[in-house]
Amino acid sequence: MAQPRVVVVGAGPAGVRCAEALVAAGIRPTLIDENRRDGGQIYRRQPESFSRPYSKLYGTEAARAAAIHSTFESLRGQIDYLPQTLVWNIEGHSLYLVRESRHITLTFDALVLCTGATDRLMPVKGWNLAGTYSLGGAQVALKSQACAIGNEVVFVGTGALLYLVAAQYQQAGARVRAVLDTAPWSARAGALPSLLAAPATLWKGLLLALKLRSAGVPVYTGIEPLEILGTAENGVSGISFKDSGGRVVELRCDAVALGYHLRPETQLADLARCNFYFDPSTRQWLPQVDPDGRTSVSGVYLAGDGARIRGANAAENSGRLAALAVLQDLGQAPAVDTVAALRGSLEKLDRFAQGLSQAFPWPAQHAGRLSDDTVVCRCESVSVGELRQVIQQTGACESNRAKAFSRVGMGRCQGRYCGHAAAEIIAHAANVPIEQVGRLRGQAPVKPLQIAAVESASLPASVEEAK
Amino acid sequence: MSVGIGRPQAVSDVVIVGGGIMGSSCALFLRQRGLTVSLVERGLVGQQASGVNFGNVRRQGRPLMQLPLANRAIASWRRMKELVGMDVEYLQVGHVRVCYRDRPELVEEFERYAREARAYELDLEILSGVAMRARFPYLGNEVLAASYSLHDGHANPRLVAPAFGRAARRAGAAVFENTHIVNVEKEGADFRVTSDDGRVFRAPVLVVTAGAWGNLLSTQFGEPVDLVARGPTMCVTEPVPYSIRPSTGVFTPVEQETVYFRQITRGNLIIGGGTRGPAYPDSCRAYVRPENTLRQLKQIQRLAPALGRLNIIRVWSGIEGYMPDGLPVLGPSERVPGLYYAFGFSGSGFQIGPGVGETLAELIQTGTTTIPLEAYRMARFSSAPRGGCVASRAS
Repeated sequence: MAQPRVVVVGAGPAGVRCAEALVAAGIRPTLIDENRRDGGQIYRRQPESFSRPYSKLYGTEAARAAAIHSTFESLRGQIDYLPQTLVWNIEGHSLYLVRESRHITLTFDALVLCTGATDRLMPVKGWNLAGTYSLGGAQVALKSQACAIGNEVVFVGTGALLYLVAAQYQQAGARVRAVLDTAPWSARAGALPSLLAAPATLWKGLLLALKLRSAGVPVYTGIEPLEILGTAENGVSGISFKDSGGRVVELRCDAVALGYHLRPETQLADLARCNFYFDPSTRQWLPQVDPDGRTSVSGVYLAGDGARIRGANAAENSGRLAALAVLQDLGQAPAVDTVAALRGSLEKLDRFAQGLSQAFPWPAQHAGRLSDDTVVCRCESVSVGELRQVIQQTGACESNRAKAFSRVGMGRCQGRYCGHAAAEIIAHAANVPIEQVGRLRGQAPVKPLQIAAVESASLPASVEEAK
Repeated sequence: MSVGIGRPQAVSDVVIVGGGIMGSSCALFLRQRGLTVSLVERGLVGQQASGVNFGNVRRQGRPLMQLPLANRAIASWRRMKELVGMDVEYLQVGHVRVCYRDRPELVEEFERYAREARAYELDLEILSGVAMRARFPYLGNEVLAASYSLHDGHANPRLVAPAFGRAARRAGAAVFENTHIVNVEKEGADFRVTSDDGRVFRAPVLVVTAGAWGNLLSTQFGEPVDLVARGPTMCVTEPVPYSIRPSTGVFTPVEQETVYFRQITRGNLIIGGGTRGPAYPDSCRAYVRPENTLRQLKQIQRLAPALGRLNIIRVWSGIEGYMPDGLPVLGPSERVPGLYYAFGFSGSGFQIGPGVGETLAELIQTGTTTIPLEAYRMARFSSAPRGGCVASRAS
């Protein structure tokens, strides 16, 4: 019998561990990744010509990064690796890829989506000014290009990544003007029992915060951002916010990094027609998965942050678990102990993730207070006021309906960056519960697709043979 | 079969089932004529074919006998802002139909159509060679000739039917969204229209403007039609500077080659046509087949090669009802007095939509219309003698 074709999308920690477990079971998976090099976002590798040491690039996570990279290197001969390849659509058990501006169709028996996460964003007036980056974007600039986003950077938002990126900038020699956290200090106390599920990670987080403080970086908690200041010509020149006491504070800076924790990249799961459910604790729609990563669609699995935000360590284990689920569904009996151990560790990390979302909550309440002239959808340049007006005039209170009338979420990001905030604005303006607002339906292409890229190419020889 | 005993949800002069552009414009025109109206829509007004189509507002290429209807519609399009109270992005920027070098015989067809259409106030200019390239420099080398309609154009379909629905509501129509009609019957002088949750709508006149779902209702009156639901293959590019004004499409007998595009003033190019995909009326979903998108993007580069450098950012589809001969059923039922149909527009109902709504309203109120509807009769599908059962069935 021909070998089953197992395709893994994403070469971050989840994808690499998944591929590793598949190879160990005698399968030659196809590993597709959009990036030039493996590692995903968190363990993103620098260009070959750069020579910064791991300790400098990954800090406390250097050993884990090295382990993932060396595992990937050791797998190279046993997998079909397609870097710089975009999966732009899925239909049934066929993937539609673009590689080097050529189109490829690839069929699969099992598909493991390890598509990771991007920043979860809440607009703030002025966030469309040059010099505003997402936290993830600020981190990519540093890791991949050894660049800071500005000379004097303010970090705004909430979540672990806020402190991590600020600390990385500080360490790299950038001037961190301040860290502005929307979460009140008190939220952390309530989250402590859950956070103790992963004491080592908690300790690392506390050390980061201490390091920033001892470096003299002002850290404000319980703030509300008011405006990123500046001009269209010269970009960011400062930021104003309300501190926890309600006083308006203005800081000068030339760049702002913004982010409120992460959101899973679920467009491929959506195109594969997986079911989604509303998660009230994080106020977002997530793909349904069983503890091992099986979705509602037979043959489609999710692992890592692309399923649910649980962090890099959980990604590795969920990648392994998804591989074992694939093997089991293909008729190979998995080692019961391994599955149990992996599930056990994931349960702990689940609790920790819940603690994080409790300690650093998504500031839904800010959406209702955004000024009308704040841009909500940057792709289509739609203001909060225009969205509110559409809701008022048309009665549209469902995301896709509001999108049809207002263009919010219609642009090149398809609402990945504005969708959550737009949903909160709609819920507030129409006075309906957030779950009733629904979620923006994903449409192909997952990322912009060049029209000329439709000429077919053939697959690399080894992938072709496996067909 | 009687459901929902007790007071009906609504009693009116007319019940319209289906809130697309046909039904919602009909509701508004009926209100303007003073009739009371209930407009009932399974989902949200303008959500399916009326909202997802390409957005051509063209008369060019329509069958000649349809031009009076198209001309009536044009009058509405030209005063749309006043009619529905908002800008629906209607642009009268022209419409270009081209044929390729491998089908030179189509030039004669362009010329014949242009000659005959003149009688219907549709002026077309046939261009080729240097004149065509100077006027439409974006056309590819394979293009042989172009037929240009100066006064056609395009509009934003996502806005139009909902705007008609709101205008109808403001004018006094009762609009019921998320109301799925499962049973229609005539009870004495009135129609009794029942939703899946047991609500009842009554009126002496029933209009079925239910698009791809129209057949489910006409069948209940013994008038089934061979309707097939399909989904258009649509996509849109990133915005680039606004530079191509006319809506442009290919005229060919080959479905796969029939692609078209238009640019909107904010810069995006909307691309449609080619092979249509499957649609599922029961679940109200239609999906774009990736293979169809790939074919469409190949074809669009034959029409306008420069488009190859653009990125598409989104595809979409929706549910359209196709008839065997590509023409809708439009006009009174052959069997049941007081019953009117307007569905099965086969992917080309958007431009004529307001004309259909206005004509139905006229027909319902006055019993007659100057617009020729002969070609759209339900009876064209049956071998039974025309109107043979009307007298015996109506009671």
